Amino acid sequence: MTYCSFCGKEEADGDHAFCRQRLSMIDPPRYCSECARRMVVQVTPDGWAARCSRHGLITSCP
Amino acid sequence: MTAAPEQIDVLNEAREQVLERGVGLTEAQVLKVLELPEDRIPELLALAHEVRERWCGPEVEVEGIVSLKTGGCPEDCHFCSQSGQFPSPVRSAWLDIPGLVRAARQTRDTGATEFCIVAAVRGPDKRLLSQVRDGIKAIREDGNDIQIACSLGMLTQEQVDELVAMGVHRYNHNLETARSHFPNVVTTHSWEERWDTLRMIRDAGMEVCCGGIIGMGESLAQRAEFAVQLAELEPDEVPLNFLIPNPGTPYENYPVVEGTEALRTVGAFRLALPRTILRFAGGRELTFGDLGAKQGMLGGINAIIVGNYLTNLGRPAQQDLDMLEELSMPIKALSQTL
Repeated sequence: MTYCSFCGKEEADGDHAFCRQRLSMIDPPRYCSECARRMVVQVTPDGWAARCSRHGLITSCP
Repeated sequence: MTAAPEQIDVLNEAREQVLERGVGLTEAQVLKVLELPEDRIPELLALAHEVRERWCGPEVEVEGIVSLKTGGCPEDCHFCSQSGQFPSPVRSAWLDIPGLVRAARQTRDTGATEFCIVAAVRGPDKRLLSQVRDGIKAIREDGNDIQIACSLGMLTQEQVDELVAMGVHRYNHNLETARSHFPNVVTTHSWEERWDTLRMIRDAGMEVCCGGIIGMGESLAQRAEFAVQLAELEPDEVPLNFLIPNPGTPYENYPVVEGTEALRTVGAFRLALPRTILRFAGGRELTFGDLGAKQGMLGGINAIIVGNYLTNLGRPAQQDLDMLEELSMPIKALSQTL
């Protein structure tokens, strides 16, 4: 099961077009896509880092 | 020309009053500008651009911002995803000193002259001020001489003096909206408390940065009221934000400000504030997209936040720098500000 990192709901639950639009434009991920926990997110001028207490750190750096 | 005579008049009046004499529009005049029909927006923006060039010059001031302390704020500013009073997904976080130094370096590398350190608080406590002091020291030790601004909420006189001693040259404290609308937006403190902090900043010799957010349910008359209240403050800089309806906030379902309405607002604010640095700030990506940002830059704006914001993301800095180059707008150099 995967979760929407904008709204935290299951990806299979409803339409996430709005969520995807926000994530592509102005929002870093807020929820862990693996467990839907709220992540601690730090935004900096040229990137972001988001940490899930269970699944660790993801960043905007490729 | 299809416009009614009184609508033609306000721009004619503005040409003589604002462009020629540098006197900002009155509240009634600003309201007339905000009510201009869509087909007159190009004329408004052209005039606002002329005013900006005449009274501020051709340079654009570039700034980067970073959140030192994110989330968990005790205040209830209804637009803000960092308030601890709403079920927003934003969690509390502190940026450490190495992170702050990196953020300042990233900002300097864009050619920016301003770096603003922001905290989501009612006002700074000793721990926060100590972090700011250590952060500024570390930024300087990194060989970075960028101008440092702060935005740490409401201040006491003692805190104002401490920030001056740290070398903070500009302080941001937004009034956010018209005085008459403020109680609908924030209930945990008053517009007047913010005004008091702004006065202390000015009296201490720091530059005053004070703006707000468009699209929080204010009427056009209140938008005009706000422009004139800002003019009365005589701020060095006015950051103009457009509401980002963030999840969990009381304004999460508010509509995004329409591009044409936002451009009308940009032009009107420039005509109310002919000599002020007018900065494109948060929300412009949603409101304008790429095309509108250019129109805004040609409609009275002379400063820009590049890169990301506090909790939301902006366009890549290079995209904005390319836009300024395409528009042949020179970036204000650090040597001009020191």
